[in-house]
Amino acid sequence: MASKPRLTGYRRPDGSMGIRNHVIILPVDDLSNAAAEAVAKVVPGTLALPHAFGRLQFGEDLELTFRTLIGTGLNGNVAAVVVIGIEPKWTERVAAGIAKSGKPVASFSIEGKGDLQTIADAARVAQVFLQDASEVQREEAQIGDLIMSIKCGESDTTSGLGSCPTTSQAVDRWVAAGGTVFFGETSELTGGEHLIAERCIDDACRRAFQDTYDNYIKVIESTGANLLGSQPTQGNIAGGLTTIEEKALGNIAKTGSVPVIGVLKPAEAPDRKKQGLYFMDTSSAAAECVTLMAAAGAVVHLFPTGQGNVIGNPIVPVLKLTANKKTAATMKEHIDLDVAGLLRQEYDLTKAGDMMMEVIERTVNGRLCAAEALGHREYTFTKLYISA
Amino acid sequence: MAKRVPDFLLHHDGDSVAVANDDLQPGELYGLSVKEQTEHKATLNHAIPLGHKFALKDHAEGEAIIKYGIQVGVASEPIKKGDYVHTHNMRSYRWQASRA
Repeated sequence: MASKPRLTGYRRPDGSMGIRNHVIILPVDDLSNAAAEAVAKVVPGTLALPHAFGRLQFGEDLELTFRTLIGTGLNGNVAAVVVIGIEPKWTERVAAGIAKSGKPVASFSIEGKGDLQTIADAARVAQVFLQDASEVQREEAQIGDLIMSIKCGESDTTSGLGSCPTTSQAVDRWVAAGGTVFFGETSELTGGEHLIAERCIDDACRRAFQDTYDNYIKVIESTGANLLGSQPTQGNIAGGLTTIEEKALGNIAKTGSVPVIGVLKPAEAPDRKKQGLYFMDTSSAAAECVTLMAAAGAVVHLFPTGQGNVIGNPIVPVLKLTANKKTAATMKEHIDLDVAGLLRQEYDLTKAGDMMMEVIERTVNGRLCAAEALGHREYTFTKLYISA
Repeated sequence: MAKRVPDFLLHHDGDSVAVANDDLQPGELYGLSVKEQTEHKATLNHAIPLGHKFALKDHAEGEAIIKYGIQVGVASEPIKKGDYVHTHNMRSYRWQASRA
């Protein structure tokens, strides 16, 4: 590394750290979105996180929704949480899961009161949370305090040649400095899954990875569908990628060279004492994947793109880099780092890695990334199957 | 390290396809392998856009297409050296149902 980055963040009561200081208004279910958004309007500066689900789910699908909601509240980028749900039981379950961290949490349910009274009650608490959060000071942070996640999107052949290898540099440096990184996109390893299996640190990890992968592929193949156009996507194909295998090898090119130390369920937080590179079982859809990784504790995300994906996340800065010179020019406002010069042989990969680390350092320390500045706040839940 | 800008890039020496580093017209091209940094020459038969692929060798129908030193698909019809390679003449060998 050119020089050790000087990082700052917000320390939370459970010891975790974040790089943003959001007070979130978290709806438990789709029905509570209106009230949550109203609170965020009455108390500007708080952030509502509307989403589409949370009713009539059951089994593992319901557990995943709880894990996503609670994990979002536990994320280090979140200072305090106001939880709003239609009925008290699930609302309190989400609030209790977050409250274990010692973070300020309050919960409100709408039944028996209506939206307007709920909004008034929740807004009073949200105001106090926001004022209290404004006094939390940044302090020095180590790379080991800050979980990074990676996922690429609207990839093309320049991703595998430039933006993904640049991301790899950051992954290797982050892990070498004692940090944790998540990667996922299970279906998008197809054709290169053996490369990930080889990098698993031991047999147990390798078996867990292989089981996860095999299961995902079984689900996909059981549909009997023609996946061309979905994987690779129409955007991938327009960018010159022809097959899932070709796309996968570009995807894997961003995962660094360090061992894979563990396999996580969607939105599952790792053991904070075991730092390194984790594989998480996720969809390859950008907003779903980033939402799951944020719920597992990632506080900064690197997003290599080829044809130009615009995704953001409400609580996590999603940094975009591209090595496609056309995208860097035509979608400039979405791109945090242009590494097209790497393909023109203007500098080498180590230098591209230095450039990446500098952008990460500035973002960690408070500079808004493009997706934050443009208001991209995609908060998208993964559904495992139909609701009851 | 201001080097000549390559017209095309291949990941590894031995790959059977290369990637256009700019919008390319048919003709003689200069290329570079990213891993070994060796220089390559090729003749392109068709105009192809930035990021799209062409063949560095003849492929028979069903023959493996190699990129990153790994098979990334098969030729779904015979492909001549210098030909544009995409969904019209290449398919996945893993997802057999996925055909253009």
